[in-house]
Amino acid sequence: MKMQLIQPFINAADSILAHALDGPTRIGDLSMEEEGYRPKGFSARIAIRGEIEGRVILDMDSVTAARVASALAGYEVNESEQVVRETLCELANMMIGNAVTLLNDQGYQFKVHPPEVHAGEDMVRGTSDTEAMAIYFDTPSGRVFVNISMRFNLSHRSEHEPALK
Amino acid sequence: MKPFTPLTRKQDRQPVRYLVVDDSVFARKSLAKMIDTFGGELAGEAGDGCTAITEYTRTMPDIVLMDITMPQMEGIEAVERIVRQHPEARIVMVSSVGYQDNILAALQKGARHFVQKPVKPHVLYEIIRYVLNDDGVPAPAGVGEAQS
Repeated sequence: MKMQLIQPFINAADSILAHALDGPTRIGDLSMEEEGYRPKGFSARIAIRGEIEGRVILDMDSVTAARVASALAGYEVNESEQVVRETLCELANMMIGNAVTLLNDQGYQFKVHPPEVHAGEDMVRGTSDTEAMAIYFDTPSGRVFVNISMRFNLSHRSEHEPALK
Repeated sequence: MKPFTPLTRKQDRQPVRYLVVDDSVFARKSLAKMIDTFGGELAGEAGDGCTAITEYTRTMPDIVLMDITMPQMEGIEAVERIVRQHPEARIVMVSSVGYQDNILAALQKGARHFVQKPVKPHVLYEIIRYVLNDDGVPAPAGVGEAQS
């Protein structure tokens, strides 16, 4: 997997989480996953289609999700409330928006689909030819996981490949 | 959050009125909170571009805070339609997607400024002051300070 595609998402996640939660973050270890991804509880999933294709999952357990929502809302939020989903959705939007801004300014054309928020721990399967990169961020509200699977779309690849070698 | 000197309209010294357009309820709430700290008044809300056009005509706000990516009608198209009907409209784009093509398109359609999410309150405050230009003035000392 090309780090040029991944790095903007890591930078954006770090920046958005630190800003939104008003505190320092610590980036945990990177790992590669081929088998798929099992979410921790609340996850926002965003698909990207175009010259770059893939998906990004922003994920956290329900306790962390409620703490994050409380921090952003400015009042105590229960994990069962709709505002938890909306918060996760908006965090994912900001993270993806900031990352794709960098990629788009490099000339890549693609469409970002709206986030889908899921509750539960059902495995998210990858495709046979795509591995995913997993990373976590320790934040003042708890541990936030980001799982990224991204690749160049072969049908658009020739235009950009030389510049990235 | 650091207190802001409340902004008022020069013409009648009333609070600046805002229309907030974003498909995310959370984002609208967050902007509404900031508007409150600026001493402003929430004139209306919309979750898509179509509703934004209707709400603009209904509320005639001083400032519109407009998201770009929304269902039904996106923010840039809504800007074009609002400005066509109301050339005096002051619209600030507020979006997490801040690439140059988007910003240029919005400005070409008549938006006055752009701010990227996550929005920093002091940045938005300064942009609103700039966009209001001479039509927005700080409130006299003591007015609206309880809201800050």
